[in-house]
Amino acid sequence: MKRFIGFITKEFYHIFRDKRSLFILFGMPIAQILLFGFAITNEINNVDIAILDKSKDATTQEIINKIAASKYFSVKQLIENESAIESIFKKGKVKAVLVFENNFSKKLTKENTATIQIITDATDPNTANTISNYTSSIVQNYQQAINKNIKIAYQIVPETRMVYNPELKSVFMFVPGVMTIILMLVSAMMTSISITREKELGTMEILLVSPLKPFQVIIGKVVPYIFLAVINAIVIVLLSIFIFKMPVQGSLFLLAMESILFIITSLSLGILISTIAATQQTAMMISLMGLMLPVILLSGFIFPIASMPAPLQVISHIIPAKWFIIIIKGIMLKGVGIAFIWKETLILVAMTLFFMVLSVKKYKIRLE
Amino acid sequence: MKNDNVIQVKNLTKKFGDFTAVDSISFEVKKGEIFGFLGANGAGKTTAMKMLIGISKPTSGSAQIADFDVYTHTEDIKKNIGYMSQKFALYDDLTVRENSTFFGGIYGLSRAQIKEKTMQLIEELNLQAVANELVGSLPLGWKQKIAFSVALLHNPKIIFLDEPTGGVDPITRRQFWEMIYKTANNGTTIFVTTHYMDEAEYCDRVSIMVNGKIEALDTPKKLKEQFKATDMNEVFLKLARG
Amino acid sequence: MSISVKHISKSFKNTTAINDVSFEVKEGELFGLIGPDGAGKTTIFRILTTLLFADKGTATVAGYDVITNYKDIRNNVGYMPGRFSLYQDLTVEENLTFFATIFDTTIEENYDLIKDIYIQIEPFKNRRAGALSGGMKQKLALCCALIHKPKVLFLDEPTTGVDPVSRKEFWEMLKRLQQKGITILVSTPYMDEAILCDRIALIQNGQLLQIDTPQQIAKQYPKKIYAISADNIYQLIIHLKAYKHSYSVYPFGEFVHYTDKRADFDLKELVLFLEDRNIKNSRIQQTEATIEDTFMELAK
Repeated sequence: MKRFIGFITKEFYHIFRDKRSLFILFGMPIAQILLFGFAITNEINNVDIAILDKSKDATTQEIINKIAASKYFSVKQLIENESAIESIFKKGKVKAVLVFENNFSKKLTKENTATIQIITDATDPNTANTISNYTSSIVQNYQQAINKNIKIAYQIVPETRMVYNPELKSVFMFVPGVMTIILMLVSAMMTSISITREKELGTMEILLVSPLKPFQVIIGKVVPYIFLAVINAIVIVLLSIFIFKMPVQGSLFLLAMESILFIITSLSLGILISTIAATQQTAMMISLMGLMLPVILLSGFIFPIASMPAPLQVISHIIPAKWFIIIIKGIMLKGVGIAFIWKETLILVAMTLFFMVLSVKKYKIRLE
Repeated sequence: MKNDNVIQVKNLTKKFGDFTAVDSISFEVKKGEIFGFLGANGAGKTTAMKMLIGISKPTSGSAQIADFDVYTHTEDIKKNIGYMSQKFALYDDLTVRENSTFFGGIYGLSRAQIKEKTMQLIEELNLQAVANELVGSLPLGWKQKIAFSVALLHNPKIIFLDEPTGGVDPITRRQFWEMIYKTANNGTTIFVTTHYMDEAEYCDRVSIMVNGKIEALDTPKKLKEQFKATDMNEVFLKLARG
Repeated sequence: MSISVKHISKSFKNTTAINDVSFEVKEGELFGLIGPDGAGKTTIFRILTTLLFADKGTATVAGYDVITNYKDIRNNVGYMPGRFSLYQDLTVEENLTFFATIFDTTIEENYDLIKDIYIQIEPFKNRRAGALSGGMKQKLALCCALIHKPKVLFLDEPTTGVDPVSRKEFWEMLKRLQQKGITILVSTPYMDEAILCDRIALIQNGQLLQIDTPQQIAKQYPKKIYAISADNIYQLIIHLKAYKHSYSVYPFGEFVHYTDKRADFDLKELVLFLEDRNIKNSRIQQTEATIEDTFMELAK
């Protein structure tokens, strides 16, 4: 035990004395989450929209005025029939079309409910999402204003429909995605670099020629990074809750457990990398090219898996990050419990075991 | 008046902040001389040599290398010297021929010259069989000999050698020194920095630096007499320990 | 026997690193492996410290077999690899403490063993190892290798890149450690360090050329050696090599070591030859063979 503590103390000295790794450990998560966060919640300004007002009454006119008056939108065109919607999108003149249903005002007063359809061009899903949110909120403000004057609560229901990418999969994926990248980076890359650094320095030779057993060396290397990765995960969740108001719908405990599982998956991958790589540089290259790129490109973090070509979809199955993203997305956004994600969890467990067995088998107690 | 000295150093000084790395050193080296520049780690020899080869500006003092001033004509100095160090000499992942071509190119030799010089180098060192093999696969001693020849490609007036024969086997080492003797005999000046005293024994004259100053400068023979020592190692120990 | 090596061979891919090497080191002996870079010294060290398997042959260290009892060896040997292998970002004291803990001991427990060496670096104990001078680093590395009181100490080229003063101090330290009963196997490319060992093995191209005391090895040189000096060493070498009776001609510092093919000959003949070749101020003197002379003769 004393040996073990001595080893871990040493690892922490290394980490805290190396400004580069400190930056990767603590600067990167914060920088990335802020970057992605603000990139995605980017404000929209003067977006061109078109309006199809089938009702043409006082209420619709008032809402249109309100929308036109806001700094977010400029009404580019008033169109007369639904067949014009597609052509106007195709020309790319507007980003959204608002459709007021027939007899809007009458329905609102008689049935207490009326519908505005918001059709957005979701080729740029993030903007589309923002546009529909903004429009909805303008309509809702109007609704609150009229409800003050009138005793009966009228209900205008903004009904959004997104075309071209109806499921809008990448939106709100940034927190799960960034969390996945960070955990992967800290766990896999940092561990593999720290082990290969010992090889490069020649200290591994001395460690090997000591009574330390290989698994002790590995555990000693891994424990500090589990600790740091957990801290990182906490920081990311806190940032997303408090800065981006992204609620965690599901159980925090489950989230923590799944994160630890993924950290261990990444660590075992890191160890595996270090058994192959002889230098820090190689370890870094393998981590970046072999882990980071697939995570960014194939895990569904940025590019929705559903819209990938079939071969890439197949490849995406072997990427641990994909499963982890599904898991945390489920917990954070949908609030699901283990009953809904046990399959993904099991896949991660299996992958972890596979990597561990492989790296233990490949780990050399000698130099060759 | 014809000046026979290819290196003339007077009161050359280099300070880093409060620390004087090289403290007013003066010496001359003649054409064709083998000059040993000795000192312990941190005695200031690397700093001094950097000034002489024109990659570090002196704080004060003067130095002429091959008649060029170290303050104003560093580019001319670089064209007229060769440099070889034990740490870096040749590219391991290039062949003998490629290395020779590359370094010839750096020093602005014409294509024909490079071709001729490369052939000459391969012939002189008897490398016909390995001319197209990667330098990395050759024994250390060969590499050192090739590196030396490559450093001479552009006919420099002075060649600076940094610990040229450390770790090389005794026979190759002697072949190396024979090459150095031959080069010096042809009029090229050899400037050897080293802290291996047995390398010092081969030099015509040696200077020994201690704490930034040159504490002794003479032929190895006279230094040994002066310090009543049997070899240069003893001379050095006596000097360094005060 | 503290170290026993029998017919060890080792190849990497298509190069033979060492070929049929056998030697023995007695308990408490200071044994030197002397040879140039690439001779196979490091490979021998790695086999003995259980870091590599030999292709052929057997070896024991402190009575333990390097293959079957490798764990016992790892508990009982100290190893200083060729390059400086300590943590540059840890301080002197942290490095030492770390190595003490991984061997399940403390600095205090074995302080008497490293005391002589450690006091020299103690003033810098809070300095990072990376910021130490070459000589200091080497002392720290030695302390770290000794901290668990090993029976056998392996030092792979400990003096490479170190200045003469530190080298001398280092060898003095080794002599003192030897008196404390530690067996030491040390390697070096410097022939002048061979004389400081009890016994040495000369190694070249993966093969041992000879094993004996340094004095015996020098004495075994088969010929009379003449040290010749002259004004122009280069001309001297050229002409000596061209001399029909010359057996070997090697520059040796300010002299040239010359041997003759004939068992006995008249020096005057050689003097006349040199005069005839216009060699000025030549001086000829018979001299004792050094280990380097023997090495070259054997490696020829």
